[in-house]
Amino acid sequence: MKTFQGRVITAGTVKAQALVSHGGLNTLASFQKALQFGDKKATCGDQNNPDLYGKQMAGKALCLPMTIGSTTGGLVLYCACSMHRQPACMLFSNPIDSLAAAGAVLADVWLEDVSMPVVDSLGEEFLHYVKDGMTVTIGENGVVTVE
Amino acid sequence: MYLTDEQQAILNGEKGETMAKVMQTLVKYGEIFGATKMVSVTGKHNHLVTSFGLKALAPVYALMDQLIEAGAVSKQTFSVDPRPLDKNVPSNLLLDFIFKNFMYSKQDFYEGQLQKLGLMDKDAFTCTCYMEQVGNKPQKGDVLSWAESSAVVYANSVLGARCNRNSGIMDIMGSIVGFVPYFGLLTDEGRKATWLVEIKTTKKPEAQLLGSAIGMKVMEEVPFITGLSQWLGTELDDAACTYLKDMGAATASNGAVGLYHVENLTPEAKEQGAGLIAEGVKVYVIDDAELQRVYDSYPVIWKDREAKPKLCFMGCPHMSLQQLKDWTDKVEQGLKAAGSTKVVIPTVFTASPAVLKEFNATPYAQRLKATGVITSYICPLMYMNNPLAGKMPVITSSNKLRTYTTARYYTDDEILVQITKGGK
Repeated sequence: MKTFQGRVITAGTVKAQALVSHGGLNTLASFQKALQFGDKKATCGDQNNPDLYGKQMAGKALCLPMTIGSTTGGLVLYCACSMHRQPACMLFSNPIDSLAAAGAVLADVWLEDVSMPVVDSLGEEFLHYVKDGMTVTIGENGVVTVE
Repeated sequence: MYLTDEQQAILNGEKGETMAKVMQTLVKYGEIFGATKMVSVTGKHNHLVTSFGLKALAPVYALMDQLIEAGAVSKQTFSVDPRPLDKNVPSNLLLDFIFKNFMYSKQDFYEGQLQKLGLMDKDAFTCTCYMEQVGNKPQKGDVLSWAESSAVVYANSVLGARCNRNSGIMDIMGSIVGFVPYFGLLTDEGRKATWLVEIKTTKKPEAQLLGSAIGMKVMEEVPFITGLSQWLGTELDDAACTYLKDMGAATASNGAVGLYHVENLTPEAKEQGAGLIAEGVKVYVIDDAELQRVYDSYPVIWKDREAKPKLCFMGCPHMSLQQLKDWTDKVEQGLKAAGSTKVVIPTVFTASPAVLKEFNATPYAQRLKATGVITSYICPLMYMNNPLAGKMPVITSSNKLRTYTTARYYTDDEILVQITKGGK
């Protein structure tokens, strides 16, 4: 077990199974199938992401360095949250990027009864340590426990 | 964050609850990045990324309705990304049915919303709004609230405007209140290069491959690129701008680049030179082998790798007028060399409605038509994003299209061979 200290972007506590992307998450490429074709599990459709391609993202503790790609990224995350197909939480090793931040803020301000805690700046060691299937818990003040 | 009285009043709800939520969104967004203030949006027009009436984006339409009903509409007029549908593009009855009744059934409704929110004109649908013909070309130093990754990176890098990589929805919110949080690429510090990319190839690098390599390496950071001016010259002429358009789009789709500098060419690099390079800069050398490595790393996800292509898309981002003319010449020459008169793979060249209008007024249009190539204002990406088109063997020289769809990438020269000789 190991704990990591990050920065709270969107508050909340949650316990979920880790899903790890070592490369940037291309939000549009990853979520477009989930949004367009009713895939409630949000199976990742990004062929360029060998870590995530074909894996279920909804309900997982999505661990990643950052998001990349189309500037629809924030609204895609917003829609995923609105349709309840979002990850349980998003945990960034890097400081959050502008597209993911937009998605987190839009969901936080404009959607009621939707929770997707987001923590960033967890550090490179976090991404080295966490593996698919490990249990991740977000506690208070950006403390993330991986076991 | 420091807010002026005007900004604070909006946040306090003096212009209504919806406007207060718009301001709250921008303030929260800015605070994440340490923004200390909001600055005025100074560009004449905005540009939005969301152009498609995708049924699945119902939450976006609901939000737009909320904005319209509250009178929280854009202070600027805006252009928007390309339309997803065009009857000129080859399709079939089933695809048409899926497009109109399933995927893009909200297109007319959403375009109605865009009109109410401030669309520039009914044909202002393109990802290359900065083309002269379109009329949304920012000035150097303009502060923008744009989205569309390829347009943002072009506006920042080639035009010297200042814009963060805003997300869809966030783009219109900045325009509605007329302010954006001051951070990142809006600041002098945020525009410094933290990567030095040295081009050491033996020939002019393929723009899309080069951009892809840079994007994958530097991700969201700012690269300062040397060694390109030997291929592009030192003036931002049409050829250089077109090259940078395609290279930049690839940096933004395979990475998250919002700004690059090209030594002796882009405006800030010309003015400040090495002064733009931050301390502790990282170095990435790109030679022929590195570009080949990147090319070889692209996955081919066609079920049958040897399938005969059924469609070719060129123009993601949309082609420039000169690109359309150059490709008309190339296709004609390719066909002549092959002893043919028509392309052997259905081929679509995409460009903005305004560029196509000007192209259609030139003799090139009839010449291109004679080769069998179709022109369209469509967004190829939107066309490809469905299971039927996804299974179709489509080829492209767009790295962006390759990244987001099942389209297979070939270099420009390879595409020419494919469409004129069938890959022989």
